[in-house]
Amino acid sequence: MDESLSNVGRIKTGESGIIISKLDDLLNWARLSSLWPMGFGLACCAIEFMSTASSAYDLDRFGVIPRNSPRQSDVMIVSGTVTFKMAERVKRLYEQMAEPRYVISMGSCANCGGPYWEHGYHVLKGIDRVIPVDVYVPGCPPRPEALIGGFLKLQEKIKGESALRPKGIEKLMK
Amino acid sequence: MSFEEIKELINRQFPVAILSEDLTATPNTLEISKDFILSVCQLLYEHDKTYFDSLSCLTGLDNGPEINTMEVIYHLYSIPYDLHLALKVILKRERPEIESVASIWKTADWHEREAYDLLGITFRNHPDLRRILLPADWEGHPLKKDYVEPEFYHGMKVDY
Amino acid sequence: MTSQLTASEPLKYSESNLRTEEMIINIGPQHPATHGVLRLEVVTDGELVVDVVPHLGYLHRCFEKHAEALAYNQIIPYTDRMDYVAAMNNEWAFVMGVEKMLGIDQDIPKRIEYIRVLVSELNRIASHFVALGTYGLDIGAFTPFLWMMRDREHILRMLEWVSGARMLYNYIWVGGLFYDLPVGFEEQTKAFVTYLKPKLKEVETILVSNKIFVERTANVGILDRDLAINYGITGPILRGSGLRFDLRKVDGYSVYPELNFEVPVGEGFQGTVGDCWDRTWVRYRECWESVRIIEQCIEKLLADHKRTREFNPQALVPKKIRPKAQDLYVRAENPKGELGFFFRANGRADQPFRCKARGPSFSNLSVLPEISKNCMLGDLFAIVGSLDFVMGEVDR
Repeated sequence: MDESLSNVGRIKTGESGIIISKLDDLLNWARLSSLWPMGFGLACCAIEFMSTASSAYDLDRFGVIPRNSPRQSDVMIVSGTVTFKMAERVKRLYEQMAEPRYVISMGSCANCGGPYWEHGYHVLKGIDRVIPVDVYVPGCPPRPEALIGGFLKLQEKIKGESALRPKGIEKLMK
Repeated sequence: MSFEEIKELINRQFPVAILSEDLTATPNTLEISKDFILSVCQLLYEHDKTYFDSLSCLTGLDNGPEINTMEVIYHLYSIPYDLHLALKVILKRERPEIESVASIWKTADWHEREAYDLLGITFRNHPDLRRILLPADWEGHPLKKDYVEPEFYHGMKVDY
Repeated sequence: MTSQLTASEPLKYSESNLRTEEMIINIGPQHPATHGVLRLEVVTDGELVVDVVPHLGYLHRCFEKHAEALAYNQIIPYTDRMDYVAAMNNEWAFVMGVEKMLGIDQDIPKRIEYIRVLVSELNRIASHFVALGTYGLDIGAFTPFLWMMRDREHILRMLEWVSGARMLYNYIWVGGLFYDLPVGFEEQTKAFVTYLKPKLKEVETILVSNKIFVERTANVGILDRDLAINYGITGPILRGSGLRFDLRKVDGYSVYPELNFEVPVGEGFQGTVGDCWDRTWVRYRECWESVRIIEQCIEKLLADHKRTREFNPQALVPKKIRPKAQDLYVRAENPKGELGFFFRANGRADQPFRCKARGPSFSNLSVLPEISKNCMLGDLFAIVGSLDFVMGEVDR
């Protein structure tokens, strides 16, 4: 390597090149900085998700890049009305995702059935009846800003996680 | 060709096919006896003065248990002559059955499947009569006026 | 779980009616190229598609049940959610039907009609942009998508300024509008049109006449005109097959007879009439025609039908909507094709007795098995994308 370039590196990272951090923080940092959502859409909210991911709102700057396979994605955005015919498919997709996995419920329909709550005989009233949800984003459809807000909320949530002392196990030990 | 002329045309070929007419409807509607629907459609489709080459819409309709009838309404449109016509067939509510028109207009295929799915109207000689919107193991036909939602579907609660 | 899945969604094909060399590929309902939650059961022989069976209903949101349970003005938001990329056009078609039933369709002030045309044409451009952009995405062109979503965002922001919502507006009401146009909207639209025109030219360069795009779409999925009519196909797909049929001209509803615009048709510039490229070409040309209509609307809205202090867009909005007992079928030209509503009013209720929506995408999609027979598996997505359906409208 060129001498001047290696100097730049030293000044930036400190002489020793060592960062001290907690393992939890490092893991959480890695997780929350590259939340890859699954690139599938259900209904109207999917169009807003498309707007959010494309030029004007540019989700990429948060490290959010849609992936088309559940095996490669970290977060599932349930973007739109979930019907009974689709609910089992959503559940299966969720099961196919690798841990750690998160779910953002986008829009009123996925939260609680939305405008279809009363007469929608074929609409599941809330995706949380089928899979666990981490963040709810209200709106019909939510603005792209709201979805970004949902991602930031999820990042906050991940920041508080601990891989070494999982909360779930504490609960079980009680 | 006016509505009267179309009526005249059908009357000449099938004297007992037309049961009544409804002039308040837009477009004007003829009530056809259910045994004649396929032949009347065939005539309107083929006749070179009407040439109803497109079926805009096919609607199934339930009049409820009191009147105890169901209806199928066909909205025909002739592109070359710019003609509109609606045909109406009244069926019994118990086991409603009618001849399919999918052999004339292929678009009727899916529309009839939808009417079968949501209302339970059976179309005879339909190429592939299955449920189209609801899952295959769904019970009941939701657009019937006396439809009651199931409580659960595959363990998921249906009600809010 | 597996047994339940097969119980709720059985395949049409099974071992008994497949030949040895054939296999079934399941595509969707979560596949990104199926534009929503469409599921395709594809029977292939090597790389050739033998048959396609579309499975619908993954977005069946019970529109018709809602329509029977709600008052007429409350149904408008549900029509928005049918074809959710062109909500203005949907609600306009619905409102037109209700106005006809009430007999007030001739009394609507000209300014309201022009505003309706203006917002609908803006939304038509937005809808075509989604269609063209995602079509490019389907067959491997990413940049046009980003460019078109950028320009679509301007339209969404303007319509948000008008109505308060980005996508689903509830702006056109029975008998009028929610509000008048905001002050300065006409000038802003003018500025937008000036901005849009060079961008539209760019779209032609980067997508429509791009060599790779032409190779992927020309002579693929050829749809014969007579077959299209028989399948009830309308809109850009029918026009792509060479029939100059546009309800804005044929029915001449609203103020469209006063406006000057052309109806583009597919002429087979790059291949055969009615191929995927022709359908794209028609959509692209329609954006230009919409721009023309918008310009004329603004002219009228700034001159003959100017904003006045007394003008109240809600003046004709009825307090209670209860039409006489009648049947009515109304249709309008949506970005996707003929959107029809069948109403039956019984004269005694504020709700329709029956309201059937005939979505253009529903009929347009039904032709897919026919035109994708014996095509290559890769071309199947060129065909699916060119049909430009919205599942919200197919399943309703």
